Amino acid sequence: MAEMLLELFSEEIPAGMQSRAAEDLASALTKAFDGLAPRDIQTFFGARRIAASITLDHEIPARTVSERGPRESAPEKALAGFTRKHGVTPADLTLEDGFWVLNQNLDPVSAETRIADVVPEILWKFPWPKSMRWGAGSNFTWVRPLRRITCILDGRVVPFSLARDGDDAHGLRSSNLSEGHRFVAPGAFEVTSTSQWKDELETRSVIVDVDTRRDMIRTGIARLAAQQNISVVEDAGLVDEVAGLVEYPVPLLGHIGAAFMDLPAEVMQVSMRINQRYFALRTPEGKAAPFFAFVANLPFKDGGALTTAGNERVLSARFADARHFWDLDRKTPLADRVPALDAVTFHAKLGTQGARAQRISTLARHVAEAMGLTSQQADQAYRAGLLAKADLTTGMVGEFPELQGVMGGYYAAHDGEDSATAQAVAEHYMPRGLGDDTATAPVSVAVALADRLDLLAGFFAISETPTGSGDPYGLRRAALGVIRSIRDNALRLNLTDLFSKAAGERTGGELPRLPDFIAERLRVQLRSEGKRHDVLAATLAGGLDGDLVRLLARTDALSDMIQTENGRNLLAAAKRAANILRIEDKKDGPHTGQPDSTLYAQDEERALAKALDEAIVQTQQTLKEERFTDAMQAMAALRPVLDQFFEAVIVNAPEPEIRANRLRLLTKFRQTTALIADFGQIEG
Amino acid sequence: MSANRPLCFQDLILRLHQFWSEKGCAILQPYDTELGAGTLSPHTTLRALGNKPWAAAYVQPCRRPSDGRYGENPNRLQHYYQYQVLLKPTPADSQQLLLDSYRAIGIDPEKHDIRFVEDDWENPTIGAWGLGWEVWCDGMEVSQFTYFQQVGGIPTVMPSTELTYGLERLAMYVQGVENVYDLDFNGKGLKYGDIFLRAERDYSRHNFELADTGMLLTHFNDAERESIRLAEAGIAQPAYDQCLKASHLFNLLDARGVISVSERASYIGRVRTLAKASCEAWLAGEEENS
Repeated sequence: MAEMLLELFSEEIPAGMQSRAAEDLASALTKAFDGLAPRDIQTFFGARRIAASITLDHEIPARTVSERGPRESAPEKALAGFTRKHGVTPADLTLEDGFWVLNQNLDPVSAETRIADVVPEILWKFPWPKSMRWGAGSNFTWVRPLRRITCILDGRVVPFSLARDGDDAHGLRSSNLSEGHRFVAPGAFEVTSTSQWKDELETRSVIVDVDTRRDMIRTGIARLAAQQNISVVEDAGLVDEVAGLVEYPVPLLGHIGAAFMDLPAEVMQVSMRINQRYFALRTPEGKAAPFFAFVANLPFKDGGALTTAGNERVLSARFADARHFWDLDRKTPLADRVPALDAVTFHAKLGTQGARAQRISTLARHVAEAMGLTSQQADQAYRAGLLAKADLTTGMVGEFPELQGVMGGYYAAHDGEDSATAQAVAEHYMPRGLGDDTATAPVSVAVALADRLDLLAGFFAISETPTGSGDPYGLRRAALGVIRSIRDNALRLNLTDLFSKAAGERTGGELPRLPDFIAERLRVQLRSEGKRHDVLAATLAGGLDGDLVRLLARTDALSDMIQTENGRNLLAAAKRAANILRIEDKKDGPHTGQPDSTLYAQDEERALAKALDEAIVQTQQTLKEERFTDAMQAMAALRPVLDQFFEAVIVNAPEPEIRANRLRLLTKFRQTTALIADFGQIEG
Repeated sequence: MSANRPLCFQDLILRLHQFWSEKGCAILQPYDTELGAGTLSPHTTLRALGNKPWAAAYVQPCRRPSDGRYGENPNRLQHYYQYQVLLKPTPADSQQLLLDSYRAIGIDPEKHDIRFVEDDWENPTIGAWGLGWEVWCDGMEVSQFTYFQQVGGIPTVMPSTELTYGLERLAMYVQGVENVYDLDFNGKGLKYGDIFLRAERDYSRHNFELADTGMLLTHFNDAERESIRLAEAGIAQPAYDQCLKASHLFNLLDARGVISVSERASYIGRVRTLAKASCEAWLAGEEENS
């Protein structure tokens, strides 16, 4: 058993690529060391290095490898090719079962030899998302220039070079040297083991374990915040990114000048996050606190006073820029900006943002009416729809596109628009993503739906629909936004009707496929919630019910029913009937039409026929009243008569009329279950 | 920062000249046509191509017409200065050279928080890209650091290190000044605003309000035609000059708001075609001469 440590020390690696690279390194090594029983893999990554530590056997034992070559009867060329490939002569081969076979006795391979063999190859082929060339003449690429390769096995260097085929690979060779912090501890040190390496790095101001760095950032900032009786706005993504930017995190707190505290909290937060990677802080009342937190990359002798002052000045300059936009933007009311949208292209085939604003506006009123809102609310939705995109022409949104909507809301309120309208302008992009909430204020929901319905109908009409992983216009997200807004607010809407309103004059393209697209997104969403997507497929079989709330209630009821014993048996009976019909229909065509009651030969047939008639009436009635659980129960109640039918009746009776009549009865059973779902879609 | 009096604007430039001169760079003068960035100078763009080593440093005035703020914004200018260094091939100690140059202008990396933050640089108008960083000092971007990978649509066979310092920003940092117009220019009482404020106001009016768009469009088309013609004749740098003119004319048209979003891409494509042809002509000439 031996411990291997491989560290790849380079110039600064983009924060977002580090963890993936460490995983890729670990998996490449695991694969390459297959014969050495790789175990206890640890990965490390940070701003200037990725590394992996693995325990390996000392050697791959001696073994025989046999490879089957061409058939004995194959042309000579094939045999020649096989021997050439392996550098052997035909005399080295044996004939086994009509094939030429090469049995090779392989000597044991030491872990050291194997490492030196495979690591250069792994580094040459490393899957960085983007890599670069440097220097004068080598084709060896890395994410940024690679400066050192530390490779030791049980404390000793495993020597290898990256040079090959006349390419010197920047003269890179393995060694037992590593480096600490660029400024605190420049220069190399010797590495003898993974644990010594970690400890030595720590004394040289490099924390090589990412979880420790994240923890230092989180707890450090929380402690500083607590001292000021304020709290941090949680931002796990930012913690991860900052942990990839610093080798030795030193959290510090800076002041925000009073002159900037009237800026919207969102503006401050976005500017701090996007431009500076600073953390926003909140007062106990939830307002923006006059502080920001940042993370320096080294401990300072002055406790960070100089760097804090520098960061404060930088932030002041950023906020001065933001204030410039905030003051300038408010001079022009949002409503006066709407005409300027006519000059902004939304999409070459779908016209301008101005045209889109008009469409959203009209559609928002329709949606509001369909939601049963008051006429005042419908007017508010209309107004908010018109104003919703106007903030795209403001300086602030030009600078920070992620503030679209939010700024519109502020500016609308500043202009004296009524509060529901301003709120809807602010919230119409909700939900912005998977983690974001949906809007709940009715007017906001109406505009949010109108925005997405217009987007979907437009792009489907011009056949610009998502393909594979490509979804440049965010149509999947838009569809999910529609689904979530409807579900979260339990809205009883007819989507089919709204699609046609959204399409307006447009026809054709892939518009007819839009309901299926929504259905597909719904399936994906339910699957991600751990629900049975096959049950949804069963209720969707007749096409998308434009009322998603009703559709989902029916799906839930069905899902519950098939978990009862009666439900399970009903399902089994339905499958049995379907199997029989599939076979027999193939022989003599579909057996449709009402069964003839005079042809019943057994009581069980009569009982089933009677039960089906009753179930049909009851199911239709309960479905109409949306009593889905009752509908499912009416169906499940068929179970005893079905069981008796299948137990006592031979469907394929010798008399042709009786047989055909029984098949018609089974067809009727299938038609009855189809009232609630296509049972054929349900698995298991 | 040194405990002494901070550097004035012109001394900052002199110190950088001194530093890079000692490192073996040719100290060149600004290129004599309007450029959007120091990168666009033929001293960088054309020299980055081919396999001849090159080391040069120069100040380049940059024009970004739509960044005009009528002299009212303390941080934004439509005309400003970049200090540009090109080192070909990339020295192994590129990062260290940059850090040493900070020491030369009074920024001590041991006392400040210097960071290399990912920034994949790309300039679609000249078909160029590279990998590198924004270099931060106490949260402020003080330089751009790029390892060129492609220029004029042509892969760089001998990659260069490009270092770009935003001189006004750097000077504001060194001097501790909040407003660019308050920068000490010469250490003898002359302020940056004394020289440039009037021009910022006038050019902002020119760029946003007064420039004759019909004339600009004619000039753009002329420059485009001329560039193509010259590139076909194999005279690379004159062809590239016309490409630069077209690029600046496009920026002015853009600032005047007469170019729609969909047209933008087409204009950028047209300038890129010129850049590519000029770069190919340059490379062809280099190969003939070698």
